[in-house]
Amino acid sequence: MKILGIDTSNMPLGIALMDGNVIKGEIITNVKKDHSARAMPAIESLLRQCGITPDELDLIVVAKGPGSYTGVRIGVTIAKTLAWSLGIPIAGVSSLEVLAANGRYFPGVIVPLFDARRGQIYTGLYRYEGGVLRCLEEDRIVAADEWAHQLSQQGEDVLLVGVDAPLYSELFRNHLGERVHVAPPSLALPRPSELVMLGKEKERENAHAFVPNYIRLAEAEAKWLAKQKGEGTDGDRCTISSNDHP
Amino acid sequence: MNEDVYVLGIETSCDETAAAVVKNGKEIVSNVVASQMESHRRFGGVVPEIASRHHVEQITLVIEEAMQRAGVSFSNLDAVAVTAGPGLVGALLVGVNAAKALAFAHGLPLVGVHHIAGHIYANQLVAEMKFPLLALVVSGGHTELIYMEEHGKFTVIGETRDDAAGEAYDKVARALGLPYPGGPHIDRLAHEGEPVIDLPRAWLEEGSYDFSFSGLKSAVLNTLHNAKQRGEEIDPKHMAASFQESVVDVLVTKTVQAAKQYRVRQVLLAGGVAANRGLRSALQDKMKELPGVELVIPPLSLCTDNAAMIAAAGTVLYWQGKRSDLALNANPGLPLV
Ligand SMILES: [Zn+2]
Repeated sequence: MKILGIDTSNMPLGIALMDGNVIKGEIITNVKKDHSARAMPAIESLLRQCGITPDELDLIVVAKGPGSYTGVRIGVTIAKTLAWSLGIPIAGVSSLEVLAANGRYFPGVIVPLFDARRGQIYTGLYRYEGGVLRCLEEDRIVAADEWAHQLSQQGEDVLLVGVDAPLYSELFRNHLGERVHVAPPSLALPRPSELVMLGKEKERENAHAFVPNYIRLAEAEAKWLAKQKGEGTDGDRCTISSNDHP
Repeated sequence: MNEDVYVLGIETSCDETAAAVVKNGKEIVSNVVASQMESHRRFGGVVPEIASRHHVEQITLVIEEAMQRAGVSFSNLDAVAVTAGPGLVGALLVGVNAAKALAFAHGLPLVGVHHIAGHIYANQLVAEMKFPLLALVVSGGHTELIYMEEHGKFTVIGETRDDAAGEAYDKVARALGLPYPGGPHIDRLAHEGEPVIDLPRAWLEEGSYDFSFSGLKSAVLNTLHNAKQRGEEIDPKHMAASFQESVVDVLVTKTVQAAKQYRVRQVLLAGGVAANRGLRSALQDKMKELPGVELVIPPLSLCTDNAAMIAAAGTVLYWQGKRSDLALNANPGLPLV
């Protein structure tokens, strides 16, 4: 069984190839460059180096979000197009779950996070139980302060994982004191090999119907829905583009 | 060596997810367009993030349908052509990455296509292109006069300095309280009304083929506003007719002037606004001044965004040996030349 894993949901770009029980290779970069220009060349390069052709693949696993809307879409578009056109299934894994996998030998709870700006984070709560990663609190977008407070109500040590974790370590420390641990840089990047291993166990999905998990509605849609419910105020008009081709 | 060439086209630059198969650059084998207009109507315009989300939902379904209707499999295809720009970047990205994934998975050549080149090549699906030619491209985002000496060679001889014609239509339509998208409503109303309101025409400097519609748009808004202040009512029919006449007058006059100066053999009308009946009939009339010059106006389904036009333009690039690699990116400001 040959599995290709793709993660472009946040700044780190990750591609991995697994053959049977062996990770044949993975490519990880953590640079602020365009995933759209780099993801397909990375896939092509990894498969070539591993001597595997696209038609040998059996499964495509993709990090389905949350993260950058555009980033998530690039990975999901590539994954579902490959899967559909090669006639193989697709499996999606939460981008946060992939990150949480880095805390494999941590004895407490694992908090993967991505910065969502304005003091908000994408996060969830995970723990390894008997070598299996379990999701304790589902992925969400939440004010970092509120999340730290909520976590301080439980007694376990907390591992913060992610490139953006150092941004919030201070805030978490204020709520949790010495119980907070921050994964070092070598464990801060989501590992596409973990993505593939997690995806192997997930439900196989139909490529056509596969969509990202953005967590959030598009801003215009959220405002439109609020207005439908009569909650919108006059000053709350959404800014929209009417350009056909700007 | 005279084998037929089949190209799969993919277009996602705005709010249509489209795929098509075209044979030899001129014969449509299939042409599938999934429009998102219903979804965007509630916002009064295209919301980029929502457009991108719809593209991801639709992309493989639309490509599959285009291939099924054409009765081709990947092994029958010679290349994949995709709109690389201009357009909404998030929307373009979906088509570009799907095209790259297909090209990689099936070892197919990849050709990135300029959206406007696509609109121009929609004409190739209707009539053989005869050079030199002049194309008037009018859409929600474009108002351009493009001169072509040969295949794949574009010279922009005139473009809008502010609003695109289609943009002006949308804004005026909104001011008249017409539903989105406003263009077709103005066209319809204009045929019921009379051009009795005096509105400006921006001819710009002598000899310029550029366009400007922001002054006209402001004049319409001011006229409506002033009338309201005085408690008078302006019949939307007459305003639509007057506005349309001003736009069409400038577009048609400049196009025919340029066609004369550049001694072209063919004039092409391209882009979504080419569906406008007022523009079509005025151009047909004015072209009588140029006997011997052929006027080509594609049917409505090929004027609005579609992937057959991208496949048609892509086929020409394919024949010219142009190839994109897997690093092809969406470029919202992609220049034509
Ligand atoms: Zn267009």
